[in-house]
Amino acid sequence: MIYIDNSATTKPFPEVIKSFTTVAQQYFGNPSSIHSLGMEAEKLLFQAREQVAKILEVKSTEIFFTSGGTEGNNTALKGIAYSKIESGKHIITTKIEHDSVHKVMEQLEKDGFSITYLPVNEFGQVSLSDVKNNIRKDTILISIMHVNNEIGSIQPIEEIGNMLLDYPNIIFHVDGVQGIGKKEISLKKANVDVYTISAHKFHGLKGSGIFYVKEGRKFLPLLLGGGQESNFRSGTENVAGAVATAKALRMQMENQKKYTENVRKMNLYLREQLSIIEGVSIHSPMGEKGIPHILNFSIEGIKAEVFVHALGEKKIYLSTTSACSSKTNKVSKTLLAIGVPTQIAESSFRISLSYENTLNEMKIVIETIKEITEWLRGVIN
Amino acid sequence: MVKRCYQLTYDRILIRYGELSTKGRNRKQFVEKLRRTIADSLEQFPNVKIEAKRERMYVLLNGENIEGISKVLKNIFGIQSFSPALKLDRDVEKIKEAALNMVSSSYKEGNTFKVSARRADKDFELDTNEINHMIGGYLLKNLPNLKVDVKKPDINLQVEVRKEAIYLSCETISGAGGLPGGTSGKAMLMLSGGLDSPVAGYLSMKRGLELEGVHFFSPPFTSERAKQKVIDLSSKLANFSGQFVLHIVPFTEIQQLIHKQIPENYTMTATRRLMLRITDELRKRQEALAIITGESLGQVASQTIESMYAINDVTNTPILRPLIATDKTEIIEIAKNIDTHDISIRPFEDCCTVFVPSSPKTKPKKEKIQYYESFIDFEPMIAQAVDNVETIVLKSNNGMIDSEQELLF
Repeated sequence: MIYIDNSATTKPFPEVIKSFTTVAQQYFGNPSSIHSLGMEAEKLLFQAREQVAKILEVKSTEIFFTSGGTEGNNTALKGIAYSKIESGKHIITTKIEHDSVHKVMEQLEKDGFSITYLPVNEFGQVSLSDVKNNIRKDTILISIMHVNNEIGSIQPIEEIGNMLLDYPNIIFHVDGVQGIGKKEISLKKANVDVYTISAHKFHGLKGSGIFYVKEGRKFLPLLLGGGQESNFRSGTENVAGAVATAKALRMQMENQKKYTENVRKMNLYLREQLSIIEGVSIHSPMGEKGIPHILNFSIEGIKAEVFVHALGEKKIYLSTTSACSSKTNKVSKTLLAIGVPTQIAESSFRISLSYENTLNEMKIVIETIKEITEWLRGVIN
Repeated sequence: MVKRCYQLTYDRILIRYGELSTKGRNRKQFVEKLRRTIADSLEQFPNVKIEAKRERMYVLLNGENIEGISKVLKNIFGIQSFSPALKLDRDVEKIKEAALNMVSSSYKEGNTFKVSARRADKDFELDTNEINHMIGGYLLKNLPNLKVDVKKPDINLQVEVRKEAIYLSCETISGAGGLPGGTSGKAMLMLSGGLDSPVAGYLSMKRGLELEGVHFFSPPFTSERAKQKVIDLSSKLANFSGQFVLHIVPFTEIQQLIHKQIPENYTMTATRRLMLRITDELRKRQEALAIITGESLGQVASQTIESMYAINDVTNTPILRPLIATDKTEIIEIAKNIDTHDISIRPFEDCCTVFVPSSPKTKPKKEKIQYYESFIDFEPMIAQAVDNVETIVLKSNNGMIDSEQELLF
């Protein structure tokens, strides 16, 4: 099996699963219980929070455990929007956000908020001046993703964050689901107020996430109840999930240091080899503009779904556009936003690598893609 | 702020001593204590080596993380300041070369600089001015847009000439000041779990006292979490001394007896007196010479001057109260700085809050409490409590979890 759909989800680290089962079995107490079983669970939760905070170089009081990226983005956008309604109803975002941001924006729009969707250039990046020029007196929130899930473009988060130092009342939310563990970021230096993380994108488990909220930034929680997570996210804490997430994050960060260069080499190899194939166009930006983990490309005239199935038969797993929207057979809004014609965008694929993939695997992938492309073209013609 | 020089070139951290430079005869002992504290605190960096000399100390990095080490050093008392540095042979050409390397790697268009030479070894071929000129001239020649500014330079290149070598550095980080741990002797710190006592401990450590904590634990009236709180506070204090010894005294029986035998409005006074007597016994056993408390005048009923007079009556051991004249807001400020604040405000009852009478005497009489206590023989119970003390040694950076649980992370 060659798994190159790591931006959809990753295979959990075995060590992470082991931690999860151990905690779930041996430390099943409710952290809120006052007896010692509760206290032991509480300690582990505390330790998980400390570890995450240390890795992200923030305070542990700024870290909240959630169920993942969708919850994080929903909490941020709805929470901030409805908490700051008195100061204004204008929000700035981009045309290429993940649906867990995009759909919330659409709902907020129906609710009377005014949303500015910023365009991106051919490399899939927003410009600092666009962000700045669209700020109004009633702007309350700016939400821009760190790394795009479909083409891997990196947004100028640090530049935007620093520009926003002049607008202390605007909250800056960054969807970091595809960025964390792949593109280094200093949340403090980049002046990010709120950052969303999902564990299963870095070999953690589904249903676990991390939410960073800078000290002093307050807004309404999405979930009310027992007051867990400092009243910010009620619901009995998923201690095993939190411990597993902290471990996965540590391991991913270590791998990022060790293996980013490998991923870059694989990316270059794929680019080189794919571009030889007739009718191939590559959409992911190169070099500093994108992460090497994601490579989005089209093969003209090839039906995307058929191609993914054909590769699947050879046990090679990749996506058409983003996995979440690939079932509905829509054309990728990110590709359209960077100026890819609809017809080309319709036959686009995403290879997304992890630190565990190898160059050898990529050689097999290329051979297989060539084979299948030729075969499919023969069948159709 | 002075610009940070290129890190890869550093191989050591040069440490300048604080006040101990003035402590003539005890100097050797002072340096040794400081060396030991630094060694304890840097246990998490197994490859570092420490060279302690009369004038300076050097932490040899051997590839360990300089940022992490700097963070630890900032907390250690007895350090005036420190600088990431590079050791060089006393060869003029090599120094010029290394200086150029160091400055050009951190240099940005239009930066200003100065060279500050210090010649501890007067036998060196060049004097201070000559060194400044030689290196300054060489840099100006090789970095065409560099400018000199002796008042507020962006880069301050320090050159220290010593007998054995020359040290180059271009950043000076302030240390915590104070005196190295243990150079002023040993004392016992009464740790309740509240905001004040860790701060009192921190301030006494700053003046060179080695501390051992004493905590009174009354299960089941107080919870495991309350005990954990004190353990966590102690490991924070260990950040300043490398390690911290905590004695946990079983106090349930004594407390129950007090409540049975002493009139309610005097139980608080009696409890405090008993705690002090037990602490004093532990002090004798541990060969310490004083007791530290977090008392601040007028803060609560037990901290009126009348109360202190009635409580202090049980011992003539010096009781040091570093916070006696500070306001709560000042204490909170320090607690935040030393990272104990968030632990102290965790909402668990300690033995002082559980048994608090509804209206404790704010002006207890010494003679009265002596009279009430005269009917009970506390001595055997005190001896028993001291015998059954649980002693824990906490290291700096100790987490709350044990080594088996650590594997989960």
